[in-house]
Amino acid sequence: MYTEEFLINMGPQHPSTHGVLSLELKLDGEMIRDCAIHIGYLHRSMEKIAENRTYTQFIPFTDRLDYMASMNNNLAYVMAVEKLMRMDVPARAKYIRVIVAELNRIASHLLAIGTFAQDLGAFGTPLLYCLREREKIMDIFNEICGNRLTYNYIRIGGVQYDLPEGIDLKIGEFIKYMRPKVDDYDQLLTYNTIFLARSKHIGTISKEMAISYSLTGPNLRGSGVKWDLRKDEPYLVYDKFDFDIPVGANGDAWDRYKVRVEEMRQSLRIIEQAIGGLPEGEALSKAGRIHKPAPGEAYFRAENPRGELGFYLVSDGSAYPYRLKIRSPSFSNLAILPELVRGLKVADIICVLGSLDIVMGEIDR
Amino acid sequence: MVTILTFIFMLAMGALILGFIAVSAMFLIWWERKVSAHIQSRLGPMRVGWHGALQSVADVLKLLLKEDIRPAEVDILVWWLAPFFAVVPSVMAFVVIPFGGNLIIKDLNVGILYIASISSVCVIGIFMAGWGSNNKYSLLGGMRSAAQMISYELPLILSLIMVAMRAGSLSMQRIVESQAGCWNILHPDMAVACIIYLIAATAEVNRAPFDIPEAESELVAGFHTEYSGMKFAMFFLGEYTNLFIVAAIAATLFFGGWHGPFLPPVVWFLIKTYGLIFVWMWVRWTFPRVRVDQLMEFAWKILTPAALVNLAIVGWILLK
Repeated sequence: MYTEEFLINMGPQHPSTHGVLSLELKLDGEMIRDCAIHIGYLHRSMEKIAENRTYTQFIPFTDRLDYMASMNNNLAYVMAVEKLMRMDVPARAKYIRVIVAELNRIASHLLAIGTFAQDLGAFGTPLLYCLREREKIMDIFNEICGNRLTYNYIRIGGVQYDLPEGIDLKIGEFIKYMRPKVDDYDQLLTYNTIFLARSKHIGTISKEMAISYSLTGPNLRGSGVKWDLRKDEPYLVYDKFDFDIPVGANGDAWDRYKVRVEEMRQSLRIIEQAIGGLPEGEALSKAGRIHKPAPGEAYFRAENPRGELGFYLVSDGSAYPYRLKIRSPSFSNLAILPELVRGLKVADIICVLGSLDIVMGEIDR
Repeated sequence: MVTILTFIFMLAMGALILGFIAVSAMFLIWWERKVSAHIQSRLGPMRVGWHGALQSVADVLKLLLKEDIRPAEVDILVWWLAPFFAVVPSVMAFVVIPFGGNLIIKDLNVGILYIASISSVCVIGIFMAGWGSNNKYSLLGGMRSAAQMISYELPLILSLIMVAMRAGSLSMQRIVESQAGCWNILHPDMAVACIIYLIAATAEVNRAPFDIPEAESELVAGFHTEYSGMKFAMFFLGEYTNLFIVAAIAATLFFGGWHGPFLPPVVWFLIKTYGLIFVWMWVRWTFPRVRVDQLMEFAWKILTPAALVNLAIVGWILLK
C-alpha cells in the first residue's frame, strides 16, 4: 500500500503546547518521524530592555520570565545584582526569601503535575485539584506582597515588606493542609495503571544524555543525577536546613513527574524549618533604590522549579547594566524534545512535552 | 385497520422518543457538567435556572443562532452528511429499547442483532467527519475512531451473544423476561460478560479513558474540530444519545431491565440507566486517557480472548 508522510503544525495555537510553542511534526500515520521546534512567538527582548533600566527597575521584568515561579526569578536576579555589588542582606530577609521561594516552588510543581495529568487526558480533575491547592499559596502571597502572579517582592538588599502579622500561622496551616493532599495525588495519579502505562518508559533520558543536553532541575534529577544547587552550591540559608534531593531511576516521563511530587514534600519540610527559625530584625537593608555597582561582572545561578536560572550581569559603573544574559532552564530542557520523540506516537509527544514542564515566557524571553 | 392503528402507535411513540432524546441529551449534558464540577470541587453552571438547570437550553439556543462555518475545500457532501450519520443510527436504536412491559416501539425478534448492526453505522459518521473536514487533526481522529470501533465491536458483540445464549432469544423483551427471578449480573459468568460489555461500550461511545478520537489534549477536538453551530450540536446530541443507548442496553441485558419492586417499570428502567451513566461519568472524570496502540492491544490481546473464553464457559454451563 502506498503511504506518505505528512506534516502537521502543532501549535502555536494548540491546547497542549503550554503556550505559544510551535512543533512541526513529520508523521507516518500516528508515528512521529521527525520534530522541529519553532520558538520566538513570545519574544519581548528582555535582555535588551535590561540595558535601559536601572537595576531595581528590571525586577518586575523577571516576573514575566517564568511566570509560574516569579519569586524564584526575582530571587535569582536580585542575588546576581547583590553578587555584583558584593552586598550582604539581613538574616531575616534571607529566611523570608527561602520561605517564599519554596512556596512558589510548590505552586509551580502543582501546576506542572496538574497540566501533565491534563496532557495525559485525565480531563480537568487533577489539574483543578492542583489549582485549588495553588490558590492557597497565592492567597498567602497576596497577603505578603499584594500580588497573585507577578510578585515583584524580592528587592536588592532584602524583600519589599516584612511578613505581615499572623502569616506564619497561615503558612503552618497550609503545610498541615498540603501534606495529605500530596498523598492524595499518589492515589489519584502516581500509581494509576493507565497513568503508569502512559508515562513509564516514555521519553527516557539517560544520565549522559541529560548532562550533554545540559538539562537541569527535575528533568536532570529524574534521570538519576543528584544535582541540586540548593545542596551543591548553597545560597541564602539552604545549608542550614535538613532536606533530601529526590532522584529518579530510569529518567522517563514518570520519573520526572515523581521527582516533582517528592520535591513538593521536601519544600514543605524546608518551609516548616524556615518558619521555625525565622530570626528577628530588618527585612530590607537601607541600600536605596539607585545602585551603581563598580565595573565588573557577576554570574549567579539559582535552583528554580524548572532548573537552573542564571543571570550574567556586566556593569560599567553606571546605574544601568551594560549587558544582561539570562540562562533559562526551559530553553535547554526543550532542546532535547526532538531527540526523545522520534519513533513515538502522537499522544506521546504531549506526554514528553508535559513531563519536561516548559514555560514559554522564559524560553522566548 | 390493525395496520393503521399500529402505524399510528408507532408514529406517536416515534414522536415521544424524539422528544425524549432531546430532553435526555440536554439533561445529560447539564448532569455531566454538574457531576464533573462536584468531582473537581467546583459548582458548575449556577446562573441559568435552579442550579443551572436551564443551562443546556440556553446552550442549544446559542448553537442554533450561531453561524455555520464551512472551512475552505471541504468535501461538501461528506462533510454535510456526517452529523446525520452520527445521530440517526443512535435514534434508530431506540426502536427496540424496552422502557417497560409494553413500552417498546417494536419488539423485533432480532433485537440485539439489530442494535449491534445499527450502532456500528455511527463510526461511518465519525470517519466521514474526519475525512470530509480537510483537517489533519480531524483525519487522525477519524482514523483512530475507525480502528477503535472495529476493534471493540468484537468483544461487545461477543458479550451480547452470551446474554442471548442464556435467554435463548435475541428479542429484548424476552431477555428482560428471562431475568424476572434473578438479574443476569448476579450470575458469575454473566458478571464477567457485563464487565466486558461495559469496557467495550466505553470505547464504542468514545468516552474517557477511551476517548482517543477526540483526544482534546492531542488532536484539539479530533473529528469535530471544524464543525460549528448546529452541526456541532448534532455530534453532541449523537454522543449523549449513544451514551443513553449503551447504558439502556446494559440495564436491559444485565440489570434486569424494567424489573423491580414497588415503583413502575419505566421508573426502574430509567433509574438503572441513569445510574450506569453516572458510573461512566465518574470514570471519565477520574482516569487519564490510554494511548491508541495500548487501546488496540487491550482489545485484541486481553478483551477479545477473555470474551471468547467466557463464551465457552457460558456454553458449558448451559449444556451442563
